[in-house]
Amino acid sequence: MAELKYALYTGCTARESTPELLMSTLAVAKKLGIELVLLDEASCCGASHLQDFDDFLSLVLNARNICYAEKQGLDMVTICNTCQLNTVMTKERLDSDENLKSEVNEKLAEVGLEYKGSSSVRHFLYAIIDDYGLEKLAEQVVKPLDDFNVAAFYGCHNIRPSHLHRKQGGVAADVGEGGGEEGFESVGLMSKYNGGENPYNPTSLDRIIEALRGKSVDYESKNKCCGFHADLQAPHTAHKLTGTALLDAIDNNADMMVTPCPLCHLNMDVKQGAVAKEMGRDIKLPILHLPQLIGLALGIDPKELGLQHNVSEPAFV
Amino acid sequence: MSSERITKKLTFKTFRFNAETDFLPYFKTYEMEVGKDELVLDILNRIKWEFDGSFSYRRSCRHGICGSCSIKVNGKPVLSCKQNVWELVEIFDTDTLLLEPQSRKRVVKDMIIDKKDFWKKHSELKPWLEAEIDEHPKEEIRISPHEAEQLLEADYCIQCGNCYYACPVVEVNEEYFGPAQFAKAYRFNADVRDNAKTERLEKVREMGPGVWDCVKCFECAEACPKDVDPIGKITKLHNQLFEEGLAQDNVATRHAVGFKHSIAKHGLLDEGELVRYSEGTLGVMKHLPEAIAMYRKGKIVMPWNMPKSEKLDEIKTLVKSSSKVKF
Repeated sequence: MAELKYALYTGCTARESTPELLMSTLAVAKKLGIELVLLDEASCCGASHLQDFDDFLSLVLNARNICYAEKQGLDMVTICNTCQLNTVMTKERLDSDENLKSEVNEKLAEVGLEYKGSSSVRHFLYAIIDDYGLEKLAEQVVKPLDDFNVAAFYGCHNIRPSHLHRKQGGVAADVGEGGGEEGFESVGLMSKYNGGENPYNPTSLDRIIEALRGKSVDYESKNKCCGFHADLQAPHTAHKLTGTALLDAIDNNADMMVTPCPLCHLNMDVKQGAVAKEMGRDIKLPILHLPQLIGLALGIDPKELGLQHNVSEPAFV
Repeated sequence: MSSERITKKLTFKTFRFNAETDFLPYFKTYEMEVGKDELVLDILNRIKWEFDGSFSYRRSCRHGICGSCSIKVNGKPVLSCKQNVWELVEIFDTDTLLLEPQSRKRVVKDMIIDKKDFWKKHSELKPWLEAEIDEHPKEEIRISPHEAEQLLEADYCIQCGNCYYACPVVEVNEEYFGPAQFAKAYRFNADVRDNAKTERLEKVREMGPGVWDCVKCFECAEACPKDVDPIGKITKLHNQLFEEGLAQDNVATRHAVGFKHSIAKHGLLDEGELVRYSEGTLGVMKHLPEAIAMYRKGKIVMPWNMPKSEKLDEIKTLVKSSSKVKF
């Protein structure tokens, strides 16, 4: 197999409040022999909030980030669901609108860059599944997670909206106005950027947990929202959404939760105490970033995975 | 019907409840052979016609336009007359499908819910054209193609409620207007003949009921059977608030604007500074317990250690040249 190499867009959180995410991502990539080139030139993606204020500026900045992956001829991988969504939303709009693309490129030309659309953008977890392969991952497991019930928490922006996740050219749900006469053609809700994920029945994290020989917890909240994007202006809303998901996982016997999104992680992990207060119930659940979970099963030293930075302490390590 | 019709044997676990006679809801299971052309509405009809005449649901046009027949199947909001059953079998990889009303807590009978909160909030945002209309005009009002395009997909909404009952904020915040309501507000705000834009924006900017309480989960975009993309219209309302100078100075607007300040300074987001700028120097105090816990775990970057993007000069140039909005 040709060596796997990607441009890694870390996002801001992995460089600040969740250093353990970057540490564990790099440690797992090294262990699996995947080369990650850090995009140190990249800026913040705007996290859906800059877009509320100045949509065009966010397009230009996100396009610039992609340019740096394109310049190296590499596909981009992300490690934050919101970075992933904002980057592919930019990509989708520029790739489908020549006028918008040239308007953005006019600005990028001021700094000597041009957006071409030649690099794909995926969350790192889908690169592990689709390019590295789950079977190969399973072969590397030295500390199987046999004893653990792991609750997968997917995070909205990896799985919705599915118009960004449909296979190109396929129109999934539409069988014509009010008519099923033409019948059903098997296209399904599929991810265009994030391999094969279906927003109502996502499976990627569950498949990874099983490859690491853990037991995946079946619970309703796995594809629900943690409320992170309203944390500041509507803390009660955010706490209730986070709390509902945490308690759902706990009530279904989860020993821990794993998420591919550092923003979900902040709400589930750092805010666990405040959330417990809001919900009126004790909540004590270790929350791991996906590469931390993978890393533990691969036998990587917990220190190297940054477990010491997690607020909800994983006592089992 | 030809003899070679291919069918699948499916089980429908169906929510049953009559608010007038039942103490608790219960489930009834119906098994049937389902062809590849059958819609969820066909199944609802067959339950009523072949199994139990007392089974209740709303239906009318069967053409995806009246918005009456929406329910949830395995948690997925569907407009019954548009949703193919075999597709659901594939999506959920199962032969058993759960049929339930859009919202259990609002149920009147079986699939029928009380939509009064939906309609009340809908009318509060003036979902109509507010304009002085000359009853005897000399010529028609001319709308350019470009102006008409500004309505985007917002005009396609059929008020089925799929987005509203899929919205997690509606579930925990009773005063929140909801995605369909915002999409409709945008539709009339974008209409050049309309005069109530300011009035609508003054309602949707309120903290609690308004657009700033959106959690950006995209459940609404996913649930919509007409591709209205309600969250896209919520973003447009955010944009209109800034463009029209109607954005108030509050934690939510500062949170949006703070990203620009931070990017212009560091390239990256300065998380600590964003919280301080959004909340204000006093407001930030309520985050102190969390900040201490984070500091102990090495999760807080001190201002003097704040990482910066490489080639920051490029970012500064672009922020200057590409900014289109002021606050």
